[in-house]
Amino acid sequence: MSEAPTLNMADFDPKDLAIEDIDVSQRSLWIEDKKMAFFDRLRDEAPVHYCKDSEYGPYWSVTRFKDIMEIDGNWQDFSSEPAITILEPEEDFPLPMFIAMDPPVHDEQRKTVQGSVAPANLKLMEKTIRERTQKVLDGLPVGEQFDWVDRVSIELTTQMLATLFDFPFEDRRKLTRWSDVATGDEESGIVESEEARQAELYECLEYFMGLWQERADKDEGTDLVSMLAHGEATKNMSPQEFLGNLILLIVGGNDTTRNSMTGGVWALNQNPGEYAKLRNNPGVIPNMVSEIIRWQTPLSHMRRIANRDYELNGQTIKAGDKVIMWYLSGNRDERSIDRPDEFIIDRDRARQHLSFGFGVHRCMGNRLAEMQLRILWEEVQKRFHMVEVIGEPKLVPSNFVHGYTEMQVVLHPH
Amino acid sequence: MPKITFIEHDGTQHIVDAEVGKSVMQAAMDNLVPGIDADCGGECSCATCHVMVNSDWVAKAGGPNEAEDSMLDLNPERASNSRLSCQMTVSDDLDGLIVDLPEFQF
Repeated sequence: MSEAPTLNMADFDPKDLAIEDIDVSQRSLWIEDKKMAFFDRLRDEAPVHYCKDSEYGPYWSVTRFKDIMEIDGNWQDFSSEPAITILEPEEDFPLPMFIAMDPPVHDEQRKTVQGSVAPANLKLMEKTIRERTQKVLDGLPVGEQFDWVDRVSIELTTQMLATLFDFPFEDRRKLTRWSDVATGDEESGIVESEEARQAELYECLEYFMGLWQERADKDEGTDLVSMLAHGEATKNMSPQEFLGNLILLIVGGNDTTRNSMTGGVWALNQNPGEYAKLRNNPGVIPNMVSEIIRWQTPLSHMRRIANRDYELNGQTIKAGDKVIMWYLSGNRDERSIDRPDEFIIDRDRARQHLSFGFGVHRCMGNRLAEMQLRILWEEVQKRFHMVEVIGEPKLVPSNFVHGYTEMQVVLHPH
Repeated sequence: MPKITFIEHDGTQHIVDAEVGKSVMQAAMDNLVPGIDADCGGECSCATCHVMVNSDWVAKAGGPNEAEDSMLDLNPERASNSRLSCQMTVSDDLDGLIVDLPEFQF
């Protein structure tokens, strides 16, 4: 750690800082939503940027689309172990999960569960997802203010997760809580202490151990717990590894889609011309879904550790260095995306964004997420002229989960 | 120019002229063949340009390279004749190539 006092990034215009003093990981930038101007400067002047000191130790920031793709696609030189966020894992509380493993172990574990969200299975789920979406939307108050995050985004993603795990439906909000706890910390206000966080995650483990036992005693089913309990590569996992993989699947299916469900409403409210396009042409919805996922980028980054010295865009990343791929920045890179700061629902090549990652760790649930969002918007458009956002949404105070804790809206019928 | 036939899951055929040296994926994109997403733009990093090579063409088209193999492996619907079309280069030898498209890209 350096002796010099830490500069608070949020107090500065990025132009007024020496490039080497920039630290885009600082929480204040994310709480005050000032990070984008910092990423703009890094992309232009230092696309592979070394931050020598931060709350998380030294790290490289990779901020251009093509550079991020190069690293994401290269698991041989850039390891996902032991963790995939900028935060170092707790030494006394390791959470092994397949997203944070390299091939071949990663591949074996992933293969055990990925069938649950493969397109053939999704086709079977579409009717259920649509019925649930209709029920949630039909239960909303029209013409009076409510929180879209709680009533729609959390409710729909949590119901989906409960189905994938075949989790007791009445207890489903426990999944929401465990997802928040897994990615939260004291400073985010979600838990009081690291001890309290671990205690809640053990409750999660205990609950799922019960389900595991019940499913292991029966023939293999199609839910994720049963798949893990019967899979050759997963049936002998330690409890800690079971917990790690549960958290991966819970967070992966929850925080991400939830925030795209909210972000889409917010983006359309800020771009009334796009909202008008949507009203005139509901056929644009599948393309809009990709644009929402790009615009929101629900996970801001992923991290890797270099396995060897590696030249990237004129810089030498040393073996052992921590490398942060800022998807949020790459998705705003005008070198790869036309008019990247604009939200354009009928944009060309809308699917070519970084939000799902690339390479062997590419988001397993990406097709499910797209389907959930497509159905949501199809059903919203049948019912409402506008989902009007009141005030501004409240942001998650995190440099990893890029989303919203609350967004007040009023529904206007056709 | 070599001709390539893409057959959709429902049997619809698309016969396109493909430029030598470009990828089979690019030939599909250039000719607006539906059923190929190519989310990564041809970097062998997303597996959404999955095709199944017609049995008569498997020998000529060859098998997947190492990086392609690891991406294909993530698809539960992978078949023995599966390839990522961004990793197949159009050549005169492949004039007449026939590939089937999967019902879904994943």
